[in-house]
Amino acid sequence: MNDAVKELEPTQKLKFYQKGTFTVGNRLVSDSDRTVQASLDRSNAITCGHRACQGCGEALGARYAVDAAMRATNGNLIVVNATGCLEVFTTPYPETAWQVAWVHSLFGNAAAVATGVAAAMRVKGRKEVRVFAQGGDGGTTDIGFGCLSGMFERNDDVLYVCYDNEGYMNTGVQRSSATPPAARTATTDVVGAEPGNVFGTGKSLPKIAMAHGIPYVATATVADLHDLERKVTKAMSIHGARYIHVHVPCPLGWGAASHDTIRLARLAVESGFFPVFEAEHGVVTGSRKIRHRIPVAEYLKPQKRFAHLFKGGEDPRVARLQEIADRNIAEYDLLAHEGNV
Amino acid sequence: MLKQVEGSISTAEAIGLCRPEVICAYPITPQTHIVEGLGRMVRSGELKNCEFINVESEFGALSACIGSSAAGARTYTATSSQGLLFMAEAVYNASGMGLPIVMTLGTRAIGAPINIWNDHSDAMSMRDAGWMQLFAETNQESVDLHIQAFRLAEAVSMPVMVCVDGFILTHAVERVDVPAQAEVDAFLPPYDPVQVVDPREPISIGAMVGPDAFTEVKYLQNYKQNLALKLIPDLASDFKKRFGRDSGGLLRTYRTEDAEMVVVAMGSVNGTIKDTIDEMRADGFSIGLVTLVSYRPFPTEELRNALKGRKHVVVVDKSFAIGMGGQLAADVDHALRNVDGAPHALSCIAGLGGRPITRASLRELFRKARKEPWEGMLFLDLNQKVVATEIEHMGSMRRSGPIAENLLRRLSVTPAAE
Ligand SMILES: Cc1ncc(C[n+]2csc(CCOP(=O)(O)OP(=O)(O)O)c2C)c(N)n1
Ligand code: SF4
Ligand SMILES: [Mg+2]
Repeated sequence: MNDAVKELEPTQKLKFYQKGTFTVGNRLVSDSDRTVQASLDRSNAITCGHRACQGCGEALGARYAVDAAMRATNGNLIVVNATGCLEVFTTPYPETAWQVAWVHSLFGNAAAVATGVAAAMRVKGRKEVRVFAQGGDGGTTDIGFGCLSGMFERNDDVLYVCYDNEGYMNTGVQRSSATPPAARTATTDVVGAEPGNVFGTGKSLPKIAMAHGIPYVATATVADLHDLERKVTKAMSIHGARYIHVHVPCPLGWGAASHDTIRLARLAVESGFFPVFEAEHGVVTGSRKIRHRIPVAEYLKPQKRFAHLFKGGEDPRVARLQEIADRNIAEYDLLAHEGNV
Repeated sequence: MLKQVEGSISTAEAIGLCRPEVICAYPITPQTHIVEGLGRMVRSGELKNCEFINVESEFGALSACIGSSAAGARTYTATSSQGLLFMAEAVYNASGMGLPIVMTLGTRAIGAPINIWNDHSDAMSMRDAGWMQLFAETNQESVDLHIQAFRLAEAVSMPVMVCVDGFILTHAVERVDVPAQAEVDAFLPPYDPVQVVDPREPISIGAMVGPDAFTEVKYLQNYKQNLALKLIPDLASDFKKRFGRDSGGLLRTYRTEDAEMVVVAMGSVNGTIKDTIDEMRADGFSIGLVTLVSYRPFPTEELRNALKGRKHVVVVDKSFAIGMGGQLAADVDHALRNVDGAPHALSCIAGLGGRPITRASLRELFRKARKEPWEGMLFLDLNQKVVATEIEHMGSMRRSGPIAENLLRRLSVTPAAE
């Protein structure tokens, strides 16, 4: 490690980042803080050859999340996958991209299948084996919601990770209850009096998860993979029901450039539109502070699903989206202030 | 051990003797007492090494079972009626994945109109879902079939549904011989899965399969049911050797040796039919019975052998495909297809939504089958008058109202006894 950095460590919290990106690269952090992927003995749970689109946020998020869980459990992991892009692009018969014990059953039942796997491990005395369930926002916030709530309420020993790309991508980009207002999807087309998704709809699954009083809830994005890994690692150190909601841009569904996936995730955070926080037993314990606040329009503009907001003059709905970001900033205390970095 | 006990309780005890490792179910009448019984056994420590999971729905229940079975645990669930429909997607999934889950189906009608009483509509709704389906005639057979079901399921790695008539069996107090643990242990070895999700040998289960291999996967599901056709009689004879009872098998015959007319039925109604046959035989009426135990796999050949050469075949269905006919009748027709001089199969729909099937009505039915055979479905004890009145009412005005409520109102004015 760079000696200069080492010297700085005890006295200075990370306040510097790569110019223009506001990210902290591996080079700038201590060994223990480096990503799982940077280590030679990484697990690599999802190998190359899968069929995800170029720049798929979900593929990236899943790879880091599952790898972190693999490392945290010494490989003693069983993954349960809901139907959706992640399942389809990783297992085109007869190939599989998974280097981990992996099972897929249905679209809406991953949490319940995981409950069953955990029960089997308990009854067989396989204490070391942990269970990791994952699905898209549709499989989590909509069709799988009943099973998920049941798993939370029973406090089953399962970590559930939702990869939120804000729509049903696998079936061709339809609206889910995680689709933001104004976003164009195949079922909220940009026609009629109020083009795109309707304002005042949708739900916050992290908040609902918190309302179950489960030991750990967190949100994360693919813009900060260290943070995602840390949260997964932390979640694996806890027993009981845990939930991590990961914001994962989808170039295809959002009409964004493949090379903009990380940038979009970062802009979502820096605008306050996607709050990154942690909660324990229903109480928020901390949030990731905005490093460089931007107006929400900067996040929206590179995405074709919001293009209709920027045709002609300033659409008043941009201000309404800004209000959502502002509310998040207040609610989750997203602005850096003294003693809080 | 012989005891006088409610069917649900003896069934629960039998399941306990099979040493399930995970039990997950959601309450629905008339299945409740079985699951409550098992829950009590797990909590009290009577049933050791077993996880009992309370879930939020039947879909969640069978999904959790899919997880535990895929992870190598002997797994059990139970449901009825609406519950089976609520888990439908997972029903197909469990068989498609080849998971040897055992389910008790406390058979019950399907709404609307909502009805908690017995018929076979629920079982029939999943007859093509890839599960094996065994029908119990008595509570003793329910006990015995469950013990055989785990061995059958695990032998071919496919799920088995044991269909036990709701209320008629589940809530009836009868004399039942519940075997000893050692006897069951000797009959049913510990579960040795053919596939398991385990980090020690990481594999993927549940991959996407396209046109290149889907037909083959389905073919092999059917192949396994064909294996079961051979295995089920073997299990029944092994069971008889060890436990001294005739239980299970593909089908059983009763007084068919010289019978001109043979009745085909499934489940508890067979008891009433046997009594009726005894009475009619005493009057010189040549009649016998085939009790079908295994509906899936369907024992086409065995049934054909039991029916060919008869003059009349009467199929008593406790459900029917609306717009088509009795499901069992259709399958019996299938068995008789291409048989030279095949008997005319007559279809009777009986006992829907818990309507009692009486000996008097059956006697009349069997006589009619000989004297004036009918085409299509005959609804046993249908209230013709109420139906005719409602048909007339529907034709007389556009807003004729809800049929179920209209019938109830009319029946309360003119009591059913009329
Ligand atoms: C019961 C059921 N309904 C619908 C579908 C069709 N379906 C498969 S994946 C999918 C969308 C998945 O969306 P999401 O969970 O957000 O995952 P993504 O593909 O966006 O990653 C849908 C609607 C299905 N497989 N099963
Ligand atoms: S559609 Fe979106 S989520 Fe699906 S593979 Fe492509 S980029 Fe990933
Ligand atoms: Mg999605």
